[in-house]
Amino acid sequence: MSLVATFFVFLTLSACSTSSNTMSNEAGDSATSNENLEQLFWDRLEEAKSKFTQADVDFMTGMIGHHAQALIMSEMAPKNGASSEIQVLTARIINAQKDEIATMQNWLKERGQTVPEVHIDGTMLMIHGGGDHSMHMPGMLTQEQLDELRDARGLEYDKLFLKYMIQHHQGAVGMVKTLFETDGAGQDELAFKVANDIQVDQLTEIARMELMLKARTN
Amino acid sequence: MNRLWVVVFAGSLLGLSACSTKPMMSDSPMNASSMANLSTTPPSPDPRIGLGAGLFDAEEAIWNMNMLSTSKPPEAFIGVTNSDLAFKGNYAFQGNYNGVQVWDISNPKQPTLTMEYVCPASQSDVSVYDNLMFVSGEGLTGRLDCGSQGVSEAVSQERLRGIRIFDITNIKEPKYIANVQTCRGSHTHSVLKDPKDDENIYIYISGSSSVRSEEEVPGCISAPPSEDPNSALFRIEIIKVPLADPTKAAIVSAPRIFEGLVAPPEHGASPADLIEIQEAKARGEFVVELFGQERVLPGRMLGQIFGPFLEGRGRTLETATAADSAAFREALPGIIAQQFPPRPAREDASPRPGPTQCHDITLYPEIGRAGGACGGYGLMLDITDPANPYRMDAVADSNFSYWHSATFSNDGTKVLFTDEWGGGGQPKCRVGDPKEWGANAYFALAPDGKMDFKGYWKLPAPQSSVENCVAHNGSLIPIPDREIMVQSWYQGGISVFDWTDMENVIEIAFHDRGPVAADHQGNGGSWSVYWYNGLIVSSEISRGLDIFELKPSGFLSENEIAAANSVKLSYLNAQGQPTYVWPNTFALARAYVDQLERSKGLSASQIEATRRSLATAEKSSGSAKSSALSALATELGKSSSNAKVKKLVDVVKGLGSM
Repeated sequence: MSLVATFFVFLTLSACSTSSNTMSNEAGDSATSNENLEQLFWDRLEEAKSKFTQADVDFMTGMIGHHAQALIMSEMAPKNGASSEIQVLTARIINAQKDEIATMQNWLKERGQTVPEVHIDGTMLMIHGGGDHSMHMPGMLTQEQLDELRDARGLEYDKLFLKYMIQHHQGAVGMVKTLFETDGAGQDELAFKVANDIQVDQLTEIARMELMLKARTN
Repeated sequence: MNRLWVVVFAGSLLGLSACSTKPMMSDSPMNASSMANLSTTPPSPDPRIGLGAGLFDAEEAIWNMNMLSTSKPPEAFIGVTNSDLAFKGNYAFQGNYNGVQVWDISNPKQPTLTMEYVCPASQSDVSVYDNLMFVSGEGLTGRLDCGSQGVSEAVSQERLRGIRIFDITNIKEPKYIANVQTCRGSHTHSVLKDPKDDENIYIYISGSSSVRSEEEVPGCISAPPSEDPNSALFRIEIIKVPLADPTKAAIVSAPRIFEGLVAPPEHGASPADLIEIQEAKARGEFVVELFGQERVLPGRMLGQIFGPFLEGRGRTLETATAADSAAFREALPGIIAQQFPPRPAREDASPRPGPTQCHDITLYPEIGRAGGACGGYGLMLDITDPANPYRMDAVADSNFSYWHSATFSNDGTKVLFTDEWGGGGQPKCRVGDPKEWGANAYFALAPDGKMDFKGYWKLPAPQSSVENCVAHNGSLIPIPDREIMVQSWYQGGISVFDWTDMENVIEIAFHDRGPVAADHQGNGGSWSVYWYNGLIVSSEISRGLDIFELKPSGFLSENEIAAANSVKLSYLNAQGQPTYVWPNTFALARAYVDQLERSKGLSASQIEATRRSLATAEKSSGSAKSSALSALATELGKSSSNAKVKKLVDVVKGLGSM
């Protein structure tokens, strides 16, 4: 709650008044010089970085580890003889989640938080600086499940990958739901966007994977 | 080989000097034949590569456009994301996560800020109709009272996620008159004016966020439809706004347009791509198989692979031999296969799931169609009954991650969908990002709503990893008889392209800035760009409002631009596509003549004679004018049965009877 309190203090100082509308005839080129306006731009970005809570930090930290495990699961695909359809899926998951990890790391760094670093050795995932939040997230596979996936080949890998990735994605969607149900969370614009995009993309992918799994089980 | 390598790097070096073009005013005389001495060769190297960073002083590259103005956001909005645009009369309405800004663009070289309304909510996409303004709210911070303090409780009666409605009878003092709360908020929305209904307008809500608590909004059910038929998932929401009393706006239906979807077969390369591959092979270029499809290895990608390969052989670019090149050719498929896994075989295509939501729904009321970009699908909807749309067709594509928005051709025979891969916040235009991912896909559209894939096209200039870039919003430019569109690519800038031939899309103009920040991915770029009454207006996320005009080139004549500019709209909304109608003007006649010259539909002497006759007729008046035009129409009518000549004859006749 202390962070929420800080957040209110910042807003009272903010130039962005809450009293509805104002009028002006000239934009940008009045008394405010370019330099001042640019300064205001960076100041406001800085100020916006104070609108977060511990729940947002925990979400980002946890999701980095969560995403990192998705990379491990996906990077096995070519070697494990996944079908080409699964390989396209895994290629996209890798591309998307690597970029999202970078975004989340940057979000934490810019807010002065510990940035979890991801180290992958085979199926072993090590997160430095993530505390407990990075390894025990909803939907994450156990080491036994990861090793089981590592040893699966061809169709068996495809099916197991789909089963586990659906579980994994559902965990991520659940994390977003939990975040949004937490008082004070998701008020930061970028945190909301990251969480919401994850929710939208992974829901779309879950539905796609469920049918892919069905096609392979029948 | 060395030559290619050099070109690759010259691109990034030369870019720095060649690109910082200051916008210049058009200086070509009116009425001159604009076909002569005008280039159809894009600048090489592409000046968009390697532009220097900066907020207000980034380097810029511009081609075949003039920048008329760039207006920084007012203080209350700077540093906060600018979103979508709407237009009414001489005003441009620019959404911002802090509210709405209204610009008077009557003088596009010096827009003035008419009104700024602080009322925070993401995304604040804005639409207008008559004296009403609609604003979308999706984020958790939007408040009913427009306060900036956010809503810190997870469940709160103070939160607004849905549509805000304003009366803008006095544009300087909008009155906030109503809200419609929706279960998943309103990421964006589309305003439908049904040609048959003058008493109501309809708003289609695209909500993609998670379902709100039932405690916050009663009836918002997050369980899937299989568990609860009233689920807020797998549906769109339609709000009816009675124009006589807009405060009575309410949700009237929530159609489930997604049910029972299975995917059509996937498609491979477009015919144009196949031809391109054959030609490249004949030239001895490197052709590789990537995602199950043959494609020419892009120069910059080649550079990235060839360097390390040579290193492995203990050579450098300077010492590379023909043997190295041959060995590289042999090793390439293996290297590619390792870096990029193959695409699915077509017979392996499995049924696709139904989406849970739409992103944008582009309404084209005059043809009774809407293009729904919905999760993993592009949908074609019949909207002749506005409150009860139904699905006519659905297309899915393994290359498309997240269908985002649609644009129709003016005659409704073609449709383009975009893929907002990564949600717009990620850099998806890097050298290694496949050209089918985060791109546009083009479809022929049959009268029964069925769609037939024709090709992909993506911004051709690779962007850096600190520039968020993916296909985003744009609109058709009313060049008669051609599909020319301007589109935003976030920090990839804006691009104008010709998709008349969907298998051979050509870029014809662009503007791009360097990144907002050099060392990390900042928030910036063009959110959306639209043609409006002769202007190309772009909402720049951080830098404000940019206004451009097209410049004639070998792709587009001055007369074609003038004909486009004869089309006047009274208003325009982002997801509402108007039918363009061209009045009979001399510009339109000349545009047709230019197009006939380009297509060789008339002989050079006929073109010359027609231009002379038009010039003479325009200078004369009364009966002399009408008889000159009548004679020209007769002469043209005899000369050819070409469909375009017939159109030209009609315009000339029309001019003669004015």
